[in-house]
Amino acid sequence: MTEPIIELHGVTRSYGSPPTVALAGVDLRVERGEMLAIVGPSGSGKSTMLNLMGTLDRASSGDIRIAGEDTTTLTDAELSGLRAYTIGFVFQQFHLADGVTAVENVATGLLYTGVPLAERRRRAAVALERVGLGHRLGHRPSELSGGERQRVAIARAVVGEPPLLLADEPTGSLDTRSGAAVVEILHELNRSGTTVVVITHDVELAARLPRRVSIRDGRIELDQHDRTLEVA
Amino acid sequence: MMPATERRSRLRFGDLLGLGSHGLKAHPMRAALSALGIAIGIAAMIAVIGISTSSEALVREKLASLGTNMLTASAGTDFFGEDAKLPPDAVERVRRIDGVETASWIATLDKVNVYRNAAVDPGATGGLTVVVGENALLDATSSKLIRGSRLNAATERYPAVVLGERAAQKLGIRDVGSSVWIGGNQFTVVGILDRSPLAPELDSAAIIGPDIAMELFDFDGSPTTIYERSDDALVADVRDLLPGAINPESPNEVKVSRPSDALAAKNTVDQAFTGLLVGVGSIALLVGGIGVANTMVISVLERRREIGMRRSLGATRRHIRSQFLVEAMLLAAYGGLVGTVIGWLITALVARANGWIVAIPPLVLVAGVVVTVVVGAVAGVLPAIRAARTSPTTALSG
Repeated sequence: MTEPIIELHGVTRSYGSPPTVALAGVDLRVERGEMLAIVGPSGSGKSTMLNLMGTLDRASSGDIRIAGEDTTTLTDAELSGLRAYTIGFVFQQFHLADGVTAVENVATGLLYTGVPLAERRRRAAVALERVGLGHRLGHRPSELSGGERQRVAIARAVVGEPPLLLADEPTGSLDTRSGAAVVEILHELNRSGTTVVVITHDVELAARLPRRVSIRDGRIELDQHDRTLEVA
Repeated sequence: MMPATERRSRLRFGDLLGLGSHGLKAHPMRAALSALGIAIGIAAMIAVIGISTSSEALVREKLASLGTNMLTASAGTDFFGEDAKLPPDAVERVRRIDGVETASWIATLDKVNVYRNAAVDPGATGGLTVVVGENALLDATSSKLIRGSRLNAATERYPAVVLGERAAQKLGIRDVGSSVWIGGNQFTVVGILDRSPLAPELDSAAIIGPDIAMELFDFDGSPTTIYERSDDALVADVRDLLPGAINPESPNEVKVSRPSDALAAKNTVDQAFTGLLVGVGSIALLVGGIGVANTMVISVLERRREIGMRRSLGATRRHIRSQFLVEAMLLAAYGGLVGTVIGWLITALVARANGWIVAIPPLVLVAGVVVTVVVGAVAGVLPAIRAARTSPTTALSG
C-alpha cells in the first residue's frame, strides 16, 4: 500500500463571479498513517481545503486523489461512498442530533454503509469505549459537557474505522483541558493507524503535531516535518 | 483495499423509514397540525362514501327481503293514445310463462270511491282508490297484513274490504270490523295492510273481491296492473315474454317495469349532495397537501446542518431525497389514518342515528390511506429535491 491517502495537484477553488479565489494552486501529499495540522488564519483557505479533501466540495481545477481514487471523475454517489467508508469528519460544532442518545449518534456513523441496527449499536458502544465514554452511552448530547460531545463526534467519525480522519477546529469550542483530552484521542487514533488531518488556527495545538502545513491566501506557505514528534 | 467505487453508500429500507419518522418525532405538535388538514379531507370523503354505502346497504337489505324478482305490467296507451285495457284472461297466460312462480292482478275502479260513511262529501275522496284484487295479490306483491286477514274464497263474494296502510289512516280505521262506504254500499273491513314498497299503489287502495265488484259495480274482469314473480335468473327472459303473453294482439300497449329498480334509485343518497361533499373533501385534501409541503419546506430549511452532516457521513443525494420524501409520506399517512378513523366514526354515528348498519367497503378505507400517501409524496417532492440539492459545505458552515 504505497499510494498516498491524499494527493492534491495544482488544486484551485474559486467562488462566485467575479471569482474570489480561496485556493490558488495547492500541491499536497499525505501518506497513510501521517498526522498533520493545516494551520492558517481565518480566510486563508484552510476550510476550503478540508471540504475538498473530504469530497464535500469539488475543485475548480486540478486533481484530487483520495485513497488512490481520482475524485474529479467520480459521481456524487461514488463520492458519498468514499465518505461513508474512507473518510471520517469531526467539526468544531459537533453537529450531534439533540434528541437521541450518544450511542445512537455514534451509530449514525454506520447508517449509510448498510450495517444492520443491532450491529451499528454494538460497534457504536465499542467506539464510545475507545474515546473514554463507555459510561455515557445512554446520555443525550444536552446532558454532556462540550469535551464529551466532541468525543462523541469523534467516536461517530471513527466507528466505521475509516483510514482518514478530517478534523475541522476540533478544539475550537472547548476549554483547554477538554481540548487537550480531544487532542490526545486524536493522537491515539493516529497511533492505531488512522491518518489524521487537523485544520486549526491554533498554533499551539499545531505545534504538538509531527507535520504542519501553513496556508495563507490560498497558498501553502510552509510544510514542516518534526521528526521528534513522529510515530516510530 | 477495495476501490472506493465499489464501496457504495447503502441505506437499508427499515432505516429509511426510521429516518422518516425521526423528523416527525422531533416536532410532534407541528406534525399533528400539518396532518390535520389531510385528516379532515379524508374524514369528509370517508364519511360521505360510508354514509351513502350504509344507506344503500339498508335499501339492499330491504329489497332482499321483498325480493327483486317482481315485475309489474300495466296497460299503457293504445295506438291512438287512448288508455288501453288488459284482456281479462291475461293473468292465466302470464302464469303459463316458463319460470313464473306467482302472478296476480288488480283492476282500478275509476268511478267508485271509498268514504268513511255515507255522510261524507262525495268530492272528498282523499286520493284513495278502490281496486279489485284477489287472494294471491298479497303474495305476489310481498304485502303484509298488520291487522285481520286477507280476502279469501268466502269473503271475496261479500262486501268485505282490505285497506292499504295509508287508506286505513285516511279513513280513520284502526281495526278490523269497522265499516266503510264504497260506491253506495257498506263494506266491512277485514284486513289492514302494512306499507307495500314494491306496489305503493296498494297503500292508498281499498281492495275488494272480484265477485262483489262484478255484482255491484259491473266490473268487466279486465285488470289494469299485473304483478308477477319469477325465478331470479329468469327475470330478464320473463320480461321479454310478458307483453306478448298479456296482450298477444298489441304487445306494445303493455308497460312492464321492475319496481325494485325504482326503489333502489329513489333511496340512494342524492348524487348532487354526495358530489358536493366529495368536492369539499378534495379541497380539504388539497389544502392539507399544501400544508404538508409547507411544513416540509420549513423542515428542510431548519435542518440544513443535519443534511450536511448526513452527507459527510456518506449519504447520497438520493438518500437525502428519500428521507424527506418518506417523512412527507409518513406525515400524510398519519393524517390519513386519523382521518379514516374519524370518517368511520362519523359514518357509525350517522348510521346509528338512522338505524342502518355501518357498511363501508374495506377497500375505501385502504384507498383513503393510499390516497393520502400519494398526496404526501406529491407534496414532498419539491422539498425533498431542495434538501438533496443543499450543498454540504454551506450546510455545515452554518
